[in-house]
Amino acid sequence: MLTIKNLHAGIEGKKILKGINLEIKPGEVHAIMGPNGSGKSTLASVLAGRKEYEVSTGSVQFLGKDLLDLSPEERAGEGLFLGFQYPVEIPGLSTTNFIKTALNEVRKYRGQEPLDAVAFLKLMKEKMALMNVDQSLLSRSLNEGFSGGEKKRNEIFQMAMLQPKLAILDETDSGLDIDAIRIVANGVNQLRNKDNAVLAITHYQRLLDYIIPDVIHVLYNGRIVKSGPKELALELEERGYDFIKSEVSVED
Amino acid sequence: MDTMNDINSDIQKAVMADYKYGFVTDIEADAAPKGLNEEIIRFISVKKNEPEWMLEWRLKAYRHWLNMEEPSWANLKHPPIDYQDIIYYSAPKQKVKPGSLDEIDPELRRTFEKLGISLEEQKRLSGVAVDAVVDSVSIGTTFKAQLAELGIIFCSMSEAIQEHPELVRKYLGSVVPATDNYFAALNSAVFTDGSFCYIPEGVRCPMELSTYFRINAENTGQFERTLIVAEPGSYVSYLEGCTAPMRDENQLHAAVVELVAQERGEIKYSTVQNWYPGDKQGNGGIYNFVTKRGICKGDHAKISWTQVETGSAITWKYPSVILKGDHSVGEFYSVALTNHYQQADTGTKMMHIGKNTRSRIVSKGISAGFSNNSYRGLVQVGKNAANARNFSQCDSLLLGDKCGAHTFPYIEVKNNTGVVEHEATTSKIGEDQLFYCNQRGIDTETAVALIINGFAREVMNQLPMEFAVEAQKLLAISLEGSVG
Repeated sequence: MLTIKNLHAGIEGKKILKGINLEIKPGEVHAIMGPNGSGKSTLASVLAGRKEYEVSTGSVQFLGKDLLDLSPEERAGEGLFLGFQYPVEIPGLSTTNFIKTALNEVRKYRGQEPLDAVAFLKLMKEKMALMNVDQSLLSRSLNEGFSGGEKKRNEIFQMAMLQPKLAILDETDSGLDIDAIRIVANGVNQLRNKDNAVLAITHYQRLLDYIIPDVIHVLYNGRIVKSGPKELALELEERGYDFIKSEVSVED
Repeated sequence: MDTMNDINSDIQKAVMADYKYGFVTDIEADAAPKGLNEEIIRFISVKKNEPEWMLEWRLKAYRHWLNMEEPSWANLKHPPIDYQDIIYYSAPKQKVKPGSLDEIDPELRRTFEKLGISLEEQKRLSGVAVDAVVDSVSIGTTFKAQLAELGIIFCSMSEAIQEHPELVRKYLGSVVPATDNYFAALNSAVFTDGSFCYIPEGVRCPMELSTYFRINAENTGQFERTLIVAEPGSYVSYLEGCTAPMRDENQLHAAVVELVAQERGEIKYSTVQNWYPGDKQGNGGIYNFVTKRGICKGDHAKISWTQVETGSAITWKYPSVILKGDHSVGEFYSVALTNHYQQADTGTKMMHIGKNTRSRIVSKGISAGFSNNSYRGLVQVGKNAANARNFSQCDSLLLGDKCGAHTFPYIEVKNNTGVVEHEATTSKIGEDQLFYCNQRGIDTETAVALIINGFAREVMNQLPMEFAVEAQKLLAISLEGSVG
């Protein structure tokens, strides 16, 4: 589904990603962990197409297409979704209206007819029940005055509505208490199936108690320095990132 | 920073729109020669077959105007206007005065269809009564018979002068005197048509009343005059829309609108103004110098102005309310969007005279391109206006970094029981907001429209439903461009 080869990228001349290689297959959940400043959020931003980030070398294939060749909205149309670490507020724009516009733009990209009001409402009701989201949240202006937990739930709700092929969750757990994490993780798990994939970026191991990954990658200094099964998260939790740092410096 | 420039250029591209109503209708016009003097005023009065008192009223206004000076206090720049280079009367030539809509020149009918206001469609589908004014003359008023059954008068101003002289004489100039200001005096001297609307006591007008104004002929000024009277306990909702062809030279539009609301009378006046704004370099476009004022004459009267201003090269306009009756209410809801080299200096005046009067001002300015957008508002609380309340909210949204937003609030309070509140914000469309939308599959152009409409929502909500949809589209069109 997603194949990243030797990806180098940075911002304002500063190199951040220094040769990322990663392969994600349908049905898989990958987690990327790493200390602050290791390049986790940069990777998410580059994959979603934020234009401040420049890719110097490397390639990214997504469902047979050259991802780096596509605009951010085309990437969304192809089925890539980014759950933002800091979802933005748009005053006066209702969350429902925003989601409806997004869904119909994505449908247009795929050559599908827009959903009419009735079909949209039906889909929304269904996903609201699944995600345990309240109508009042969706009537409010997009993310305006939302608590941290509400913002993240809104991200996962949007993901449920858009049904992406690949969901990248950028520190979706940051700033959430354990109950909120459980709700968000629950939502993600409900949506997992054999055709889609998740790339969960996180600083802490605790999210991975609820979203069980197939593979964990440790990102350090712009490279994936270690990959392993879910037990790797526990090892990191126990020994901290320092042991990775020492291992890497030995290998270097 | 490159990134910031990229984003600005994206917004810039998104706002480079084309004016869609710039066509010219090929209709023969019956026009006065250029220029302004007493002869021309007599010519207009004769053309309109006016009674003597009307001519005298015009001449008095003209003589006063000669001694006045064009105001220069607004935050606007334009070359001097040559008032002798304007045609003050132009009428589409019709062999006979149309007795019914079916007799209207087919060319003219097509014009309205292009504007999306087929008179017949409007008649059949929306139940909105429409009066259409091209250049200087009212073309047809739909639904007249049905309104007449309720005692409602809705006709052109010319017709009102003929048919209802006692009402016109009583109210014309009673809110905006002929000598009020430079442009109002000019209008009083040369106004050619407009709408007249009278709602009798206790009647709730069952449909939206609507006028479409269009400037078609070249070198023509449009000086319409609208007068709405709501008798005690009556209610009316009125909407005006405006467009003009694209022309390289500037055209002057100096209208006067007067509203009178008696005890417990209510007038809701909505404007969607889309006069030709000039081209992307700032050539041509309409100078929109308009005086709009309403008076809440009786207790518990209410006047509400809602305006969506997207057109005109220059807008100079302050729809105001005189709150004379006790417990009367004045409202002003405005969205003003300027793009390219447009300039807008607009706002309101709320004059609290009666006791327990309330006013509310919500102004949303959107500036793009190289444009300048100013809010100018006065809240006045007179010495007898006990317990007056005002709340003002003025928000500005900037697209790009070459445009300007300015706020000039004036407050004069002479009664210490008054409470006046003013809030103001200025914001920019952020790269984060655009990227967030992009990531959800929404292109930048659509994202800008969503953000703008969100920003303007509080005002849009005040518009009658069918026009709110139009106005939303208009905001998007005014900013649309080549992003894709």
